Amino acid sequence: MDIFSSFWPWYITGPLIGLYVPILYLLINRHFGVSSTFRDICAAVIRPSSGYFKYDWKANRWRLVFVAGTAIGGFLAGGTLRTPPGGQISGHTLAVLASLGVKDFSSLVPADLFSTGSLLTLRGILLIAVGGFLVGFGTRYAEGCTSGHSIHGIATFQRASLVATLSFFAGGLICTYFILPYILHL
Amino acid sequence: MVYFVVMILGIFFGMILSNGEVISWFRIQEMFRFDSFHMYGVIGSAIAVGAVTMALLRKFHARSLNGDPIVIETKKLEKGTVIGGVIFGLGWAMTGACPGPLYALAGSGYPAYIAALLFAVGGALVYGTIRDKLPH
Repeated sequence: MDIFSSFWPWYITGPLIGLYVPILYLLINRHFGVSSTFRDICAAVIRPSSGYFKYDWKANRWRLVFVAGTAIGGFLAGGTLRTPPGGQISGHTLAVLASLGVKDFSSLVPADLFSTGSLLTLRGILLIAVGGFLVGFGTRYAEGCTSGHSIHGIATFQRASLVATLSFFAGGLICTYFILPYILHL
Repeated sequence: MVYFVVMILGIFFGMILSNGEVISWFRIQEMFRFDSFHMYGVIGSAIAVGAVTMALLRKFHARSLNGDPIVIETKKLEKGTVIGGVIFGLGWAMTGACPGPLYALAGSGYPAYIAALLFAVGGALVYGTIRDKLPH
């Protein structure tokens, strides 16, 4: 079972993800997309009074099953504890991050930034709480994320999805070059 | 039965994201710093395979499992596509995770990512609450 503990290069990973687009249409005639589950969870669990949450979320129950599976898959694959980035990640990126104050390079996620205790630091609150909030707020505002827009949307030639993807990257670049350096130095 | 298949697909999705290091904060940094082809290869080849397979489904007038013709769900281009897109991009670079990886990371046992996932749900909650006051 070596294959499940080894690193999968992009030409294995990408095509497998791309197959989710036709498979989900064939199976349930719905599009591949993850971020709408944030809205479904609100509608199903919190039941807010806003009209935005008054819809038939049960029609999306399959998607909640899908993301529950994604979490289990992350658990089975060993997720964050996997392969140290040392040999795999670009040396330039690692050097820049080290100069910005990142210290832990022992797993897929820098433990000095994303440990449980990090939530008690200003840096951790910004990265985890504010970062998470922006992901939820932004993907619902843009009506899609990397899966729904960038992969499903562009693969079905939708202009909105191309614009959305360029916007995702614009935000990511602004954050990487102009915001993250300040947060990492906190 | 369909739910069972969807669950298996979800589990495999979490494993793909993990084995392909799409869940890696370092990979996302590497992408935004244009230091590696990996993430561009992942997203690019996913789009290519999605586009070719969807074209084949159209060509052969494929139907979904329940017999209905396949109907592609469309996305509207609005101001929110750009504004919301940029907002998501900021959060993507901070957490190093888009929504799929957020679930995989939450499951992988980093409590900080369970917190990030809950804050993402909170972000959707606030968006839905103030939606009428936002430009669309």
